[in-house]
Amino acid sequence: MPLDLDLVTKNDLIFQLSEIVDNDYLLTSEEQLKPYECDGLSAYQTLPVAVVLPSTIEQVQQIVKICSMLKVPVVARGAGTGLSGGALPNEGGIILGLSRFNQILDIDTKNLTATVQPGVRNLAITEAARPYGLYYAPDPSSQIACSIGGNVAENAGGVHCLKYGLTVHNIQQITIVTIDGELITLGSETLDTPGYDLLGLMTGSEGMLGIIVEIIVKLLPKPHSVKVLMASFNEVNEAGDAVAKIIAGGIIPAGLEMMDKPAIHAAEAFANANYPLDTEAILLCELDGDEQQLEEQVIAVETILKKAKAVDIVIADSAEDQAKLWAGRKSAFPAVGRISPDYYCMDGTIPRKQIAYVLQQISELSKKYDLRVANVFHAGDGNLHPLILYDANKEGELEKTEKFGADILILCVKVGGTITGEHGVGHEKIDQMCVQFSDAELTQFFAVKAAFDPDSLLNPGKAIPTLHRCAELGGMHVHNGELPHPEIPRF
Amino acid sequence: MPIKDNDSSIALQQQVKHAISSKEALFIHGGKSKLFYGNTVDATALDISDHTGVVDYDPTELCITVRAGTRLTEIENLLTENNQVLPFEPPHYVDLNQPSDSATIGGAIASGISGPRRAFTGSVRDAILGVKIINGEGEIVTFGGQVMKNVAGYDLSRLMVRSQGTLGVILNVSLRVLPKPSHELTLTLELPQEKALQYCQELRQQQLPITATAWLNNQLNLRLSASEATLEACKQKLAANEIDEGMEFWKSIRDHYHNFFDDRNKPLWRFSVPPATDIISHFEDDQLIEWGGAQRWIHANTPENIIHSIAKSNKGYATLFQSNQTNVTRFTVLDPALLQLHRALKKKMDPHAVFNPNRIYQGL
Repeated sequence: MPLDLDLVTKNDLIFQLSEIVDNDYLLTSEEQLKPYECDGLSAYQTLPVAVVLPSTIEQVQQIVKICSMLKVPVVARGAGTGLSGGALPNEGGIILGLSRFNQILDIDTKNLTATVQPGVRNLAITEAARPYGLYYAPDPSSQIACSIGGNVAENAGGVHCLKYGLTVHNIQQITIVTIDGELITLGSETLDTPGYDLLGLMTGSEGMLGIIVEIIVKLLPKPHSVKVLMASFNEVNEAGDAVAKIIAGGIIPAGLEMMDKPAIHAAEAFANANYPLDTEAILLCELDGDEQQLEEQVIAVETILKKAKAVDIVIADSAEDQAKLWAGRKSAFPAVGRISPDYYCMDGTIPRKQIAYVLQQISELSKKYDLRVANVFHAGDGNLHPLILYDANKEGELEKTEKFGADILILCVKVGGTITGEHGVGHEKIDQMCVQFSDAELTQFFAVKAAFDPDSLLNPGKAIPTLHRCAELGGMHVHNGELPHPEIPRF
Repeated sequence: MPIKDNDSSIALQQQVKHAISSKEALFIHGGKSKLFYGNTVDATALDISDHTGVVDYDPTELCITVRAGTRLTEIENLLTENNQVLPFEPPHYVDLNQPSDSATIGGAIASGISGPRRAFTGSVRDAILGVKIINGEGEIVTFGGQVMKNVAGYDLSRLMVRSQGTLGVILNVSLRVLPKPSHELTLTLELPQEKALQYCQELRQQQLPITATAWLNNQLNLRLSASEATLEACKQKLAANEIDEGMEFWKSIRDHYHNFFDDRNKPLWRFSVPPATDIISHFEDDQLIEWGGAQRWIHANTPENIIHSIAKSNKGYATLFQSNQTNVTRFTVLDPALLQLHRALKKKMDPHAVFNPNRIYQGL
């Protein structure tokens, strides 16, 4: 929903912004704006009117007040690593870049928390906490580069969510600047807070309710010991069943990841992780904790995997061997990038019991669209990342890929899942929101938005589609998996 | 006895629609076990306690979906049969004079009160995955779902936790559950308060399978949950004595029938503070300290404003839990800008002002 900005307002805006930050931190020429035209989802690009890079909370308050007064859209941006176009600029608006808020303000080793600015990189928190035997648990695969502010805005996940939760479970307090320029603290340093859970509401709200300027995250003591098991399977659905059996066995692994054959081959060629090339699927299972508990869990998981028809099980004891096994999984995306000119990463979540069925359906769709797919996913929490391989230079292939991706997401909703597990809706999945939510539900989202941002200036047009847009799309509304005849078995 | 399967959502929706059209406020309640927790609501009752049943439960999904009127006891029994637990161990606050335990899951969600496990396996809001509610327009809407990773749309299911029925009528709720460790052990150590707090701080850095702590009468009690072999090793390591009636002890702490809570002459305050907070020494009476130091129960006649300022100076909050007085402010007053945001949200979620008026604060 780009809003046009007339020349008078534009000049007024830029003049007022230049009063707040130095020239070096106010970018307005096309050359300077270019790097900000997209985030990690580079298929969509828009140039903003200006990029402003403040370094103090007061500056953020002043900038937001100006935009509020001039009715100019504000898109907050951290490291720009998001995969759903959440930080895609608005044509008539500014990018409020928070990269200069890069300080870790405090590490509290008694209460096990860290107070950080939003531009601090996810991994930098763990690095700073390491000397105290502590770490920050959520570890999205972009953790080297992504910022904690962006993590909060997207409720980022990672490979260890199954046991340690998402961003929302690992933060205690945030300070936000509202669209009126007010500074408000949500949450607290205690284990609960009076009033509504606005901290929970802000987490994952994609920059549409307020600008996050400070965060208190929880730190955890580093596990005493860790083991990683790799199991290979001759059938994809056997690997899927093994996942359910591990959970049924009362074990919550720190991480439980699955890769299918195309993903294994790509990752092995890229990272030399010693993955077996003749199997249909592998599971990577990380267990951690105190030595005694860990030993019991390793035996239990090994027994379950054998019963679940694993053809081979490798146990990595040393940190080096473990890193090697993880290297393949963590480099899966760039690895796939090497075997195809382009790829499109999806992010649906499904109930674990539907894994085998959904993988089979994706394989059918792959044939239908004549596009290859590599599947990499957080099997433990049912979060799929099918990577659709395509070539943007071939006419119509991007459009075909987008349709394929949309079909996968609709499938996820049909089986009782969701269109996005951790990447966010952003610009990318806005149409699929019409599939997951009814008009009444979307209206409720707009009502919440209006309570925080009545003029819809914070990241407008993202995450929640208008009813008009949904009506134009037509299409089917699958309400949280409630199909017309839920009693009919579907696989 | 199987859990009664009774879907009253349409009847409840009719009552909400009627309330909206006749501009009549509603007082939403379940088992009334947490009636004391907030201001009295003078309005037509909307009783959800007949809306019961398990909508979906597959243990391997680590998720249970239930109707809001389902009794906590029934849900806990079902989970126990499948070796699982609710991570937040919700208090029931049973009235010992009543024949049965009436506490419902809807009330546990709406009040957002968590029990002894909270500091170790998460709170009510940490466990919630999705809700179906009747909204302020009388429509039935669903947010969240049954999967843990879900970032489609704003997180309105978490917003229902501790909203005390002021934002909508909770019909169904999906919760994350956890495997129940095979064995449990309660250990006790004789320690004065200062040493006990220090000890809890050291424990936070370790990887022991602790699922509850309670310090009172110079004894620090620890509950550990794990396999038999692991518990034996922990017992050796901590060199502490074992209590036989551990389960009953934790239940009495959770549900406030431990004799610590008997002193009804003085109001009971709950302090929520950062866990490493030093001794709060302004009070003469004994304290009960849970959650490794983060939750402290204090009986005191001290004036409200002084209590709140003591809590604030410790970066925490005080809540008046039990009192003979009426018309008192139970919850810490919010800062003006934050309160305004709450009011704006309430107005948008409940535009006809029908849900539990003034239950938490005036205007909320």
